[in-house]
Amino acid sequence: MTSGGIRRSVTAWAAAACASFGTAAWANPEPNQLNMTKGVSEWSPYALHMVGFWVCVVIGILVFGAMFVAMFRFRKSRGAVAEKWTHSTKLEIVWTVIPVIILIVLAKLATGGLTSFADTTGSEMTIKITGYQWKWRYDYVDYKGKGVDKVGFMSKLEESSDRTRQLKSNLDPAKIQVDGYNTYLLDVDKPLVVPVNTKIRFVIVGGDVIHSWWVPALGWKIDAIPGIANAAWTNIKEPGVYRGQCAELCGQDHGFMPIVVKAVPKAEFEQWLTTQQDEAKVQKAAQTAQTAPAPANQG
Amino acid sequence: MGHQQDAYFVPSKSQWPIVAAVSMFVTVFGAAHWLNAQPGQPGFGKAMFYVGLAMILGMFFGWFRSVIRESLAGSYNDQVDRSFRMGMMWFIFSEVMFFGAFFGALFYARMFAIPWLGGEGHGVLTHQFVWDGYSAAWGASGGGGPEKIGGFFQTIPAWGLPLLNTLILLSSGVTITIAHHALKAGQRKRLLVGLGATVLLGCMFLYFQAHEYMEAYTHFNLTLKSGVYGATFFMLTGFHGMHVTLGTIMLAVIWFRCAKGHFTKDNHFGFEAVAWYWHFVDVVWLALFLFVYVL
Amino acid sequence: MAHAATHDHHDHHGAPASFVQRWLLSTNHKDIGTLYLIFSLTMFFIGGAFAMVIRAELFKPGLQLVQPYFFNEMTTMHALVMIFGAIMPAFVGLANWMVPLMVGAPDMALPRMNNLSFWILPFAFIMLLSTLFMPGGGPAGGWTMYPPLSLQGESVAYVIFAIHLMGISSIMGAINIIATILNMRAPGMDLLKMPVFVWSWLITAFLLIAVMPVLAGAVTMLLTDKYFGTNFFNAAGGGDPVLYQHIFWFFGHPEVYIMILPAFGIISEIIPTFSRKPIFGYRAMVFAIASIAFLSFIVWAHHMFAVGLPMGAEIFFMYATMLIAVPTGVKVFNWVSTMWGGSMTFETPMLFSIAFVILFTIGGFSGLMLALAPADFQYHDTYFVVAHFHYVLVTGAAFSIMAAAYYWLPKWSGNMYSETWGKIHFWSSVISVNVLFFPQHFLGLAGMPRRIPDYNVAFANFNMISSIGGFWFGASQLIFLGVVVHCVYFSKKKAADRSWEGAKGLEWTVPSPAPHHTFDVPPVIHDDELAHGDTSH
Repeated sequence: MTSGGIRRSVTAWAAAACASFGTAAWANPEPNQLNMTKGVSEWSPYALHMVGFWVCVVIGILVFGAMFVAMFRFRKSRGAVAEKWTHSTKLEIVWTVIPVIILIVLAKLATGGLTSFADTTGSEMTIKITGYQWKWRYDYVDYKGKGVDKVGFMSKLEESSDRTRQLKSNLDPAKIQVDGYNTYLLDVDKPLVVPVNTKIRFVIVGGDVIHSWWVPALGWKIDAIPGIANAAWTNIKEPGVYRGQCAELCGQDHGFMPIVVKAVPKAEFEQWLTTQQDEAKVQKAAQTAQTAPAPANQG
Repeated sequence: MGHQQDAYFVPSKSQWPIVAAVSMFVTVFGAAHWLNAQPGQPGFGKAMFYVGLAMILGMFFGWFRSVIRESLAGSYNDQVDRSFRMGMMWFIFSEVMFFGAFFGALFYARMFAIPWLGGEGHGVLTHQFVWDGYSAAWGASGGGGPEKIGGFFQTIPAWGLPLLNTLILLSSGVTITIAHHALKAGQRKRLLVGLGATVLLGCMFLYFQAHEYMEAYTHFNLTLKSGVYGATFFMLTGFHGMHVTLGTIMLAVIWFRCAKGHFTKDNHFGFEAVAWYWHFVDVVWLALFLFVYVL
Repeated sequence: MAHAATHDHHDHHGAPASFVQRWLLSTNHKDIGTLYLIFSLTMFFIGGAFAMVIRAELFKPGLQLVQPYFFNEMTTMHALVMIFGAIMPAFVGLANWMVPLMVGAPDMALPRMNNLSFWILPFAFIMLLSTLFMPGGGPAGGWTMYPPLSLQGESVAYVIFAIHLMGISSIMGAINIIATILNMRAPGMDLLKMPVFVWSWLITAFLLIAVMPVLAGAVTMLLTDKYFGTNFFNAAGGGDPVLYQHIFWFFGHPEVYIMILPAFGIISEIIPTFSRKPIFGYRAMVFAIASIAFLSFIVWAHHMFAVGLPMGAEIFFMYATMLIAVPTGVKVFNWVSTMWGGSMTFETPMLFSIAFVILFTIGGFSGLMLALAPADFQYHDTYFVVAHFHYVLVTGAAFSIMAAAYYWLPKWSGNMYSETWGKIHFWSSVISVNVLFFPQHFLGLAGMPRRIPDYNVAFANFNMISSIGGFWFGASQLIFLGVVVHCVYFSKKKAADRSWEGAKGLEWTVPSPAPHHTFDVPPVIHDDELAHGDTSH
């Protein structure tokens, strides 16, 4: 969220709120999870979500409380006789003005959240994400101001989930686990590897139809639209594996194109990137050797 | 006609509504089937579509005939007349909203979609990552979008045929008003001449519009496929042309009814409804001329 | 023609004997209203059957019953059938039956067009549903039909033409309702003396005429993009897939209110009746409906917070959306104030209305949360949204329709329904609907996207609970069918003209069942007979 005092008060409120939901700091979907994840990125709508939630709870208690009192006190069976009044300008002004004030506070908080979300400046890294039916492609564009050469790959549902999810496969989804965590439909063959504590800018486009790239732990989703590029950013604070799914209906296998982001310490990431670049060079050399006379003609 | 204002009129049962529903179904089902026909397997769609259209024509003929008979028999009181007027006004309002969708598309494509593809404002990344090298412009220089879909084309100059068509439609607005005044003044001959002139002007407009389309396709390579420019151009002018066609047919029908003396100077809703429709078509054209051709 | 004979040939109070004459060629608002209601109930069960397929497949992880593509057809068809086939025709049916009775008119203003409006619908839905049996299958791109996905199917043309037909039907129906309300009111029935239900329909009809043509335009562009090579929604040709979403939601958001404003009207009739106290703040209620309708035109892009709008647009649409909470809040507060100080009894219509106020408000709360754009980046396209719109559409719109059915059945049929079975239906529905939809909030927040046929094991428990609630809710509606059939054909208990002790308004001054023709001569309006009682200023 945003700046200053509002942020602090919101965080305090959110902490109190969180206590009532249990204190688990989950990042990926947990069995019987009730609430939104706080996320692992610098930007998170969690606090705003909780403020909105408690505003609704308080108003709900007041309104429904009044209703239940009315239903109890003013029953014909208890001998209640209907009164005649039909309006009260004073009351109506009160319950127009109070919601307006609450809304102004909410709008202020939300605007702050939007402003910081839209600000992709100062990113140290750019990754291009392309959505296809039904897999994702990741291309590393630049890192620390330098262009990255030819590091890019497809990422699709890993094989054991894919086998299990076939109609009447009779395979048990509960058995698909990684480190004791059920990864059925939430694991890929090749995850997106990113460094922690780095502001990463994502450029997201669609390859065929509209998809939506969503990792709950990063706090947002944004559509991958064919021919139009969208941008978003994240700055992951904790190393870990964060899972998400395509969120926009994109055809028959919409439910089967998960997203896995593996956040690793910077040094480890740099090493990984170098390896990938070297591999790409080797591959490219091999390819050029093979198809020597015909120039590679790829868009 | 001596109606009591406090009595209501409810029309008798009619077979036409259900005939209309069936006809519409036959038409659109046929059309859908036709659109999906594979080469070499034409299917029944085309035939079904034309049968449906014929049924719709027959239905209109029958339905309006019964309404006209009732009207001539004096069954309708002022309240029915007001209901008809409201019906027509709100129908025209719905038509305005239909055109609004296409004008909205034109506005969006021109003010947002194309500039963004060219890298303006919100489109910086789109341009950089997807359409690098595309220089955005509206019309011919913007081509059929980044991929030049439909190939190089030229646009229709506003100050030729379109201007002529504007003048024709504006004059037709004048002639129909003359006819209306004549009807109210009971001048039968002036009415028929004014209305006849309107029909002729409508036909002239359609002729020039058809000519313009042929020019666009044969000389300018401006087609329905010429990117979003061609899409908005032909859909807007095309739907307008269809409305002019419909309006002209309705005017011709009204001319015959006038000739048969169906309308009196106080009671001529049929005439007025068509006149409103014609003015609506006229206003849409002015917007078209401005936003599609001139600007 | 001598004019007192207003109904050309038939005698004034009898329905025509021939089935074809009565039901196919009708110009009678009550018969056409009945046709609409029967059609709507049929569609409710067809759409419900699709929902059962969805919930059955989602009962546990893994695919057990249907292929993913068929699942997508089911979600798409469920929405189209429920929105255009069940909810909207039900409200139009209620308007047909009740608006002329409530304003003292003998019939709708344009009775033949009324019949056409209805008869288009069965054909449109035959066409829509027939795609399920075609080789290419039915539409599977979601009811919103976002391109380019929606253009991949082979059923596009059938679906689009079906939507055109439904649009024509809705526009004609709406024109008829507006003309009836503005032109056919009995002398003395001033606009500000009309029942809130009539007001809500006047405004709804305006919304329909304004936005159904826009939907027609949007789907026409889809059609030409698919079959005639236009590039409205193709960025390579200078278009933009997002353009479709703008046009669609310019229709879509008012459409949402088309499905809830008449519900507001119904609830504003029922709560005063069973509280035996006039509606609180009549003018504020009317004004609130009008403001909600106005706002519905400037909030459309809140369905699109995640498409990557420019920030200024996000902020504008967020603020405008949040504003809707104010008039909606006024309505809820006024309903509670109507109850306060009343003398309440809790017959089935009242129970459904109270459930409406509470559960619709819960849907409103999640709506307020969804309006917060940054939070919507998480909520969007998840089960949180699914929960939200089912709270407003099922416990909102559908509950209000059931409340209306119980409320006016005695007037329609002349018989009282079984109060015991009505209450059983109510309690069974209200409990199961919460079992069905409340856990979906948790699923969405935990990260389950909508429109997926299969899911991670972490989502298993709440999905199973939700499915159980779904089957239970579906079964409960069979009780409703039973109660209605029993009431119409078998009930021995005759209804009084004024079927409810506290009921006010012109519809209760005519006999039960309402004779085939009513108000051949305009009635005399007594202000103290009117439902709202707010004639003092």
